[in-house]
Amino acid sequence: MAANEYVVRTKDVCKEFIMGDTVLRALDGVHLDVFRGEYISIMGPSGSGKSTLFNMIGGLDKPTGGSVFINDVDMAQLDAHELAYLRCRTIGYIFQTFNLIPVMTALENVTLPMVFAGTPTDDCVEKGMKLLGLVGLGDRLHHKPSELSGGQQQRVAIARALANDPAIILADEPTGNLDLKTGKEIILLLKRLNEEQGVTVISATHDLKMIDVSDRVVWIRDGRIERIEERAEIELKVGEMEGVE
Amino acid sequence: MNRQMRETTVGRQIQLPLSKALEISLKSIRMRFWRSMITAAGIFLGIAFLVSVLTASLIEQHLPGTVDPAAAAAAKNRQLWLVIMSLIVCTVGITNSMLMSVTERFKEIGTMKCLGALDIFVVELFLLESGILGVLASLAGWVVGFGAIALLALIGKHGAAVASMQFVQILHTLGIAMSVGVLLTVIATIPPAIRAAKMPPAMALRTEI
Repeated sequence: MAANEYVVRTKDVCKEFIMGDTVLRALDGVHLDVFRGEYISIMGPSGSGKSTLFNMIGGLDKPTGGSVFINDVDMAQLDAHELAYLRCRTIGYIFQTFNLIPVMTALENVTLPMVFAGTPTDDCVEKGMKLLGLVGLGDRLHHKPSELSGGQQQRVAIARALANDPAIILADEPTGNLDLKTGKEIILLLKRLNEEQGVTVISATHDLKMIDVSDRVVWIRDGRIERIEERAEIELKVGEMEGVE
Repeated sequence: MNRQMRETTVGRQIQLPLSKALEISLKSIRMRFWRSMITAAGIFLGIAFLVSVLTASLIEQHLPGTVDPAAAAAAKNRQLWLVIMSLIVCTVGITNSMLMSVTERFKEIGTMKCLGALDIFVVELFLLESGILGVLASLAGWVVGFGAIALLALIGKHGAAVASMQFVQILHTLGIAMSVGVLLTVIATIPPAIRAAKMPPAMALRTEI
């Protein structure tokens, strides 16, 4: 069915921020169609608008103009319950600063979205343990975030993002606070999940390591999309830049 | 066109069972122990003062000897003024504490909304947390307020007056203490909690504390 081919579509999305007397146009008419099951990276320098675009797609903020469609549903038409449902079941979020709830253990963090979704407790725990095992933290179920390293916290965040089998994973600078090696592990984990679980991954990042695992790369600058490239087109350039590890 | 689009389902069922909400609130209190104690101390002190004033006037009723009505009325007004002032200070203190507590947790609130929490869940969690502290602190305030004045009366050799306080009257002071304490706490919590809950997640997550 053609309608289901795109999991996210943005049409002419604009976002303005009022900073005192000036109006900052963070997004200036962004058109983006994301295919179901693809791994797409939004790349650009700081201030290019990639985080703002991330917020628009994820329903974390409302656009000033234009529309965002998730599974052919216009986000602006959703009421509070439906929006919460969307965030709970359809989208999984990963952030640069991990954003785990500090008073809860890893397992409790992972099962929280399931609680909101109304899953019975036993199923929650079973699935939570399975997800933490999937990301390689099966032995750290009862550790609090303060007892985990950055990479481990991000793994918990990834497990949490998968809690309700979402259609989309949105990642905002997932490797921003991680060292080179850990960052690579996280990127490979996301790619593995994309391939095995079939979940669409949309990541906003300026980490060039992300290019290699992406199906498409969207280059954004000054609130507008400069170009969209398939991975195959970029391969050669990456080889030159990476050099020797 | 709109209705057709809506039929490509977005569900609405989101829930936070009370037991889970209680669990989260209790954990938050334990993990942020000292912050919780400061909030509780505000309530405790205000209620202890209120109760001590109430107890003192109760004991005075049972003291032997005649009382000059004019002087008694003046004293009562003074006491009323003191109690009102102390309750105002109490409320301001709790509001400040809750405001700080909520602001510190903007990121946490934003995260919960990303996981699907409704605005009302956030308010519920904060109300539960402050409600629990309100109940415990009011109780402790009553014990200390009542106990201190009763003890002072005993030391001042007014044992008879202390003993002649009726159980119902004592219970009455407990009732006032609990209801005032919890009410003030809830009133102080609601505005900051609602403000935090209504923030768009993007703004809440952007906070740097």
